[in-house]
Parts: sequence; C-alpha cells; structure tokens
Amino acid sequence: MKPSKLGVRLVQISIMVFLVLLMVLPFLWMLSTSLKSQQYILQTTPQLIPDPLTFESYTQLADRVNLGRTFFNSTFVALVTMVGQLVISSMAAYAFSRMEWRGRNTLFVLYLATMMIPSVVLVIPQFILVRSLGWVNSYAALIIPSLSSAFGTFLLRQFFMGLPKDFEEAAFIDGANYFTIFWRVTLPLAQPALATLAIFSFMGSWNAYLWPLFAARREEVMTLPIALATLQAGPRALTEWNMVMAGSVVSVIPILVVYLLAQRWFVQGVVSSGIKG
Amino acid sequence: MKDCLMIGMSGWRKWGWVALFLAPSLIGLMVFIVLPILTSFWVSFQDWNLLSPPKFIWVENYQSLLNDNAFWRSMGYTLQFIVIYVPGAFACGLALALFLNQKIPGILVVRTATFLPVVASWVVVSLIWKWLFNPAYGLINYGLAGVGIEGPAWLFETNTALLAIVITSIWKDMGYIALLYLGGLQNISEVFYEAAEIDGASRWQILRYVTLPLLTPTMFFVLITLLINYFQMFEQVWLMPMRDSAADRQLEVVVTEVVKNAFSYNRMGYASAMSWVLFAIIFAITFVQLRLQKAWVYYETE
Repeated sequence: MKPSKLGVRLVQISIMVFLVLLMVLPFLWMLSTSLKSQQYILQTTPQLIPDPLTFESYTQLADRVNLGRTFFNSTFVALVTMVGQLVISSMAAYAFSRMEWRGRNTLFVLYLATMMIPSVVLVIPQFILVRSLGWVNSYAALIIPSLSSAFGTFLLRQFFMGLPKDFEEAAFIDGANYFTIFWRVTLPLAQPALATLAIFSFMGSWNAYLWPLFAARREEVMTLPIALATLQAGPRALTEWNMVMAGSVVSVIPILVVYLLAQRWFVQGVVSSGIKG
Repeated sequence: MKDCLMIGMSGWRKWGWVALFLAPSLIGLMVFIVLPILTSFWVSFQDWNLLSPPKFIWVENYQSLLNDNAFWRSMGYTLQFIVIYVPGAFACGLALALFLNQKIPGILVVRTATFLPVVASWVVVSLIWKWLFNPAYGLINYGLAGVGIEGPAWLFETNTALLAIVITSIWKDMGYIALLYLGGLQNISEVFYEAAEIDGASRWQILRYVTLPLLTPTMFFVLITLLINYFQMFEQVWLMPMRDSAADRQLEVVVTEVVKNAFSYNRMGYASAMSWVLFAIIFAITFVQLRLQKAWVYYETE
C-alpha cells in the first residue's frame, strides 16, 4: 500500500469509528444508566461500565407501571394493526392494479390525496369520532382508525404493477377465481413488498405517540411510549433517570431487534417510499 | 388494457369482485380519513368545547388566529427550528450519503448504525437526549468541560433548548435522509463518471460538476420532505424542555399549540382552524417549491 493510500484508509476508518460511536453511544449510555443505582448516576465523573451493576431500576420500573400489561398492549396493537393493514391494503391494491373498472384512477388519486393531509389535522376530528363511538380508552381506538392505510395501498399497488401477470393469467385460464389467484399466486409473489409494509406498519404503531396520548390514556390500554413519557417526575421531584432509561431500554429493544433482523426490508421501504415524490 | 384479467367479464359479476376487494379499505378510508377531514373543516367554523353543542361562528376562529400572540409565537419558533434544522439535516444527510456510497470494507456496519435512531421512537430518543443534555450530570456537558467549556443549561433555557432539540433531530433523521440520497446516488449512471475520468477530472470536480447536479432531483425531494415534516414537528418539542423551565413555558411549535388548544383547553373549533392554517402553509410552501425547482433541479430527460 502506498503511504498516501494508507493515509486515506486511516481517515476513512476514523470517520467510520466516529459515526458508529455517534450513533451507538447514546443507546449504550441509556443501557448503562439503566443498570446503575440512583446515587451512582448522579456523579460528576460518569462511568460507562456500571460498577456496581444493579437491576434495581427495572424493579422500580415494574412498581411504577404495569410493565407486563403495557408491553402486551403495545405488542397486541402493533400486531393486529399490522395484520389488518396487510390484508386490507393488499386487497385494495389488487383491485387497483389487476381489475379494470370505471373511476379506478380517480379513486386512486383520492387515496394519494389523503396522504397529503397532516396528521395534526386528523387527530382532532378522529378523536371526536372515536369519542362519539364510545371507543376512547379502548383497543378499538388504537387499532381501527389506522387499519385502512393509503400508504400501504399505494406501496403494494406499485409493487403489483411491476409483477408479471403470466402466472395469474395461467391460473385464470385454468379456471381459478380472483380470490384464489390473489391468495395463491399474487400474494406469494409480493412477499418483499408485504414484508416492507409489515415492518413499517409495526414500527408505526409501536412508536406512535400523538394519537395514543389522547385516545388511550388509561392504564389498561396504555402503550409503551405513553407510559414511558409519564415516568418523568414533576417539577420538584428529581427525575429518576435510571428508571426512565430502564423504561427506554424495554421499549426500544424489540424495535431494534426487529430492525436488525429485517434490515433489508427497512431499507427497501425507505427507498420505495422515497420514489413517490 | 389488454393484459387485464377481466376480459370477458362484465356487469354485476365484475363489480362484485371489485367491491369485495375494495370495500374494507374504502370504508375505512371514508370513515376514518375522509369523514374526519370534512368534520375538521366544519368544526373549524364552530365554537365547540365538546360538552355543549357546537355553535356556528363563521370565520371567527380564523379571525382570532390573526391576533393570537401565542399562535404567532409558535409559528415563529417553528420557523426558527426549520431555519436551523433543515440546512443542517440536508447537509449532514448528504455528507453521510456521500461517505456511505464508497466501497469500503465495513461500510454496511456504519449504515446499520446510522439507521438505529431512525427506528427508535421519538419518545425514547427525546428521553435519551434529555438525559445527555442534563446540565449537571449529562454526558454532553461533561465532554464540554473536558475541553474547558462550561456547558449551558441546555433544556432549561429557550435558545439552548432550541439548539439541543435541533441537534437531537438531526441525529435521529440523518440515517433516513442519507438513505434517500443513497437511492439517488445509485441511480446516477456510471457513464458520467467514466466520461469525467477520461477528461481527467479531479475527485472534487467530479463531485461538483457530475454528482451534485445529477443529484438535484433527490435533493429537491429531500428538501420538500424535510419542510413538510418539520412544519409538523411535535414529540421532541413536547417532551424535551425541562418541566416548568423558561424553555418549557416559551417553546411552542404550531402542533403543540394545536394539541394544547384541543386537549387542554377543549377549544376544538379554534384548534381545528389552527391545523387548517398549518395545512395551508405547508401546501403553499410545497407549491412554491415545485415552481422554483426549475431554477435549480436538473432532470436528465430535459
């Protein structure tokens, strides 16, 4: 290696190390803080490796919030929303890409138009609607309004348009009906797009804050982000940062694991949703 | 369309299939998106606290908005956030994408790492950085003290809180923005780079005269996305300022103002009007951007 090349390589490596540290260190600090006891986090010389290491903030957290219930709520809401969105969006996408009917394009433009409306415009009337249905503080409020996803329909429709129709036509000639074709031929071919939508949907509900903050405040239906935000103490009491960080660990680990396992689909999702502009 | 599967099928059978596939989605969209949009528009002309029946008051909500100092202050802070955040995020994302676009061993690990904050929720990210920005025990002021700077009170004071929130936001979004740019970078044909190399262009010249001009369509998309998203910023401003501090009392953006009016003061009509003004502003800015793009966005097909 020439000296100049070695220099370039060293610069590259140091930038890489810097970037990884910049992104990972805050998460490690979260983990480290959660494993310390209160008197050790309030030190002017911070230590990255907790010594002594203790899980007391996690027991403290379990005393403050119904951890099992909250974790279940988040998981349940995210999974049901995900399955619902996949079924409903893929069926609509099929109608928009594989069937020909009057008004198809007009209706599709309406779907696209609804994606432009800011969520803050929707949150008030949706709350009024959910309230008049008597759904406030129920799973229904958290799940049903987001089941029909214009974004999901758009994403899958674009993917279906790019799929070859040969298999479907062959199945049609063989006498299969639409539902069989959709279920047995199209959906298996669309697995990459379905995986992308599944992950985006799961991440969206798992991380949602604005809507559940007002639609589901009671403990029985509360999701992790809402519970987590309530852990901050009032004005005078000292915030127990080890407990807040323990809560953050519990709420962020599942989504980080999902991301690391299914990274490919995340990347694909961002790239394909980027194309829409 | 010849390739359509519906050849030879007509009448009620065809519409039956269409209805079967479309109904769940369409009903959901109509009830939970379209109906609320219409309701919101109607509510914005009412005086309504959810308890007594709504009272139609023409455009009074919109008129009061014009003289509402709290609203204009929140708009002012929203613009301040945008003015600092958007150029910062735009540049950091671009620099990161150019770096990640190189073929270096181990670069995928870096890409994975930069995407971690993107998948974490805003609540978690806000809390982690709130702890990092803690004036007495936070890692950031500890680091600053290490190089001889006495760190500010960050999330207690308005101006430093604004900066802290922008830093946090750039950290969270950088990986996402870089990924959007990477899509654009990978669409640039090798032909251009080969031609530039034959002409003896330096790396800097290639970047300046080949990569960046061909990337302008992506830049345009990124800019619009950032503007649309940050006019609607909410969680970080709602969660990060220290409770009851000057920053907490001062720092409001449009969405936190809408949420306060709707859910703390029960002024549903007024809050709805505010949300429509925000939508109008976002719409107008996007429209202006679309008109301005001819001046700087380069499309290969032209």
